[in-house]
Amino acid sequence: MKYYDKLIFELSRPGRKGYELPKNEYGINECSIPAELRREASLDLPEVSELDVVRHYTNLSTKNFGVDTGFYPLGSCTMKYNPKINEEVSAMPQFNNIHPLQSEDSIQGALELYYNLQVALSNIAGFAEFTLNPYAGAHGELTGLMVMRQYHESRGDFKRTKVIIPNSAHGTNPASAMVAGLQVVEVKSKPNGSVDVEDLKPLLDDTIAGIMMTNPNTLGMFEVEIMEIAKLVHEAGGLLYYDGANLNPLLGKVRPGDMGFDIMHINIHKTFSTPHGGGGPGSGPVGVAEKLVDFLPNPRVKKNDEGRFYIDCGKDSLGSVSTFFGNFGVMLRAYAYILTLGKENLKNVGPMATLNANYIKECLKDDYLLPIDGVCKHEMVFDGLKDKSTGVTTLNIAKRLLDYGFHAPTIYFPLLFHESMMIEPTETESLETLDEFIEVMHKVAKEARETPDDVKNAPLTTLVRKLDETGAAKNPILNYKTLKANAQ
Amino acid sequence: MSKVLNDVRYAESHEWVRIEGEFAYVGISDYAQHALGNIVYVDMPEVGDEVEQGEEFGAVESVKAASDLFSPISGEVVEINEALEDAPELVNEDAYENWIMKVKFNDAAELDNLLDAEAYAKICEH
Repeated sequence: MKYYDKLIFELSRPGRKGYELPKNEYGINECSIPAELRREASLDLPEVSELDVVRHYTNLSTKNFGVDTGFYPLGSCTMKYNPKINEEVSAMPQFNNIHPLQSEDSIQGALELYYNLQVALSNIAGFAEFTLNPYAGAHGELTGLMVMRQYHESRGDFKRTKVIIPNSAHGTNPASAMVAGLQVVEVKSKPNGSVDVEDLKPLLDDTIAGIMMTNPNTLGMFEVEIMEIAKLVHEAGGLLYYDGANLNPLLGKVRPGDMGFDIMHINIHKTFSTPHGGGGPGSGPVGVAEKLVDFLPNPRVKKNDEGRFYIDCGKDSLGSVSTFFGNFGVMLRAYAYILTLGKENLKNVGPMATLNANYIKECLKDDYLLPIDGVCKHEMVFDGLKDKSTGVTTLNIAKRLLDYGFHAPTIYFPLLFHESMMIEPTETESLETLDEFIEVMHKVAKEARETPDDVKNAPLTTLVRKLDETGAAKNPILNYKTLKANAQ
Repeated sequence: MSKVLNDVRYAESHEWVRIEGEFAYVGISDYAQHALGNIVYVDMPEVGDEVEQGEEFGAVESVKAASDLFSPISGEVVEINEALEDAPELVNEDAYENWIMKVKFNDAAELDNLLDAEAYAKICEH
C-alpha cells in the first residue's frame, strides 16, 4: 500500500465533475434570488470525478484504526465490538426510507420499535420512562439537568441553582451543568476515588438542585456508599443524576434506579454496541423516576389501549431537545443488540467486562503503578510505570502501543494522578487478545528500562510519526483555505 | 526534581506569590508546569480585576489538561504578563521568572495562610 495523505481539494481540477443535475424545468435560476441574498465569492468546492472520490476515501479508510481492525482499550469509552447484524437491521429500507412527517398509521412499526426500546431501557436501568430523543451522552446530560431544573421550578422552588459534582467526574458533567444554567459545586474524592461523604454533608442545603455521579466512578471502583449518599441528597431535597458512561459493568446486575438515582442518561453508543469514536452518531436516552415523567422532552411515543402507537406532546414537558426523535438509526442498532443477546445473555455483559478488566489489572500491576488496589469494575487506572527512573511517560507508552498494533488507552484522565492510563477491555475481547495486549505492555515496560529511547521516540512504524501537539493546539489549521494561505 | 524557591510562598493548589514592596507577583510553581506538560494557553485576568485569596483568577491549558488558577493573595490586578499571550511556553521554560499577574495586595497577613518552601516541597513529594 503506497503512502497516501492528499486532501480532496488537492485533487480538484477546474471543470471536472462526476454528476449531472436534472434539467431545470421550473424557470428558477440565479436571477430568481434577490441580489442581496446571493453569495459573491465562489463556493470553492473540490471539482473531482467519481473515481477520484472513491479512491480518495477508500485510501483514507485504510489508515483508520477501529474496533474492527484491532484491540481498542480506550478507558471510559466502552469500545466493544459492534455486531454486524445491527448494521443489517438499520440498513433496512423499511426503516431508513421513512419520513418523520408521515402519518402515524404508516409508521406504526417504527413507533413500536421506539416504544419498545424505551420500555427495554426502563427495565434494564430501573426507571419509569425514557426519552430516546437526545443525540449523544452530553446532550443527555443537558436534557437530564433540564428535567432537574424543571422539577424544582414546578414546585415553585427557585433557590436550587447548584449541582454537586465529584472532582473525579467526567469533564462533560460540569460543562453540561453550566450550559443548563446551574452552578457547579465540587465534592472531594477520597484517596480511593469514591465520593467523600463527610465532605458532601456540609454542601447539602436548600440551594442544591442535585448531584451528578457515575457508578462505578472514573477509577472503575464501585461507590459502596451510594445508598447513604442517595439518602442524604434526598433528605436535603435534591435529586440524583446518574452519568451512564460507566453502565456497562452493571448491565443486567444492578440498576441505577434501584440505587436511588432519579435521572440518568445512557450512552447507547457505548453500552449498546453502536459505532462511535469516528463521530458516531451517538445517542443519549434519558430515563427518569415516576415523579419526573411529565417533564421529559417532546415529542414522545405512547401506546393506547388498543395497542396503537401515537405521538404525544405533553404540556408540562421542558420542550423539545431534538428535531423529531433524535438519531433513530442508532436506536435500531441498540434494539437489535438487546434482542440478539436477550434477557439471559445481557446479564453476562457486566460480569465478563469486569472479569476482563480485573485480569488485565492483576497481570500488569507488577510493571505498572496501581494506585488503588482491589477489585475494579469495567476499567482500571494505572499511574504510569512503577519504575519512574526511566523518564518514560504515559504518553510515550501510549504511542509505543501504536507500533504494536493496539489503540492507546485513555491517558492523563482522570486528573487524580499525574500519569493516568485508563484501560477498559470490554466483554467482547477473547482471552487470547487480552494475553497479547498484556505481553506487549510488559515488553514496553522492559524497553523502558533497557532501550528507553525507542519508547520515547515512538511511534516508530506508523504512517505518521510523533505529532506536534503543542503546535496543533497553538496554531490549528482547520480548513484548506488557511493551509493554502499559510503555504503562500 | 522540580525546583522550589525559598523567597516565594506557595498555595497548596501550586501557585506561588512573591512580595516586592506593595506589589505581589503571582505565578505557578515549577512542579505545576512540569505536571501540566507543554502549556499552550494562559487565560489571564484583566487589569483592574479584584482577586481574592483562594478564588479562581484564570486558567492554564496544556496538551494534557486545562487547570484553573487560584489566587494566593487578595487585591487588585495592576498588570498581567503580556508576553504569555503569544508565548505561553515561557512558563515551561522558567515558571518563577515568568509570573502571570501583578497584584496590589490588601493584606500581608494573608501570607500566613500559605506554605513556605519546605512545606511546599513536602506536598510535591506525593
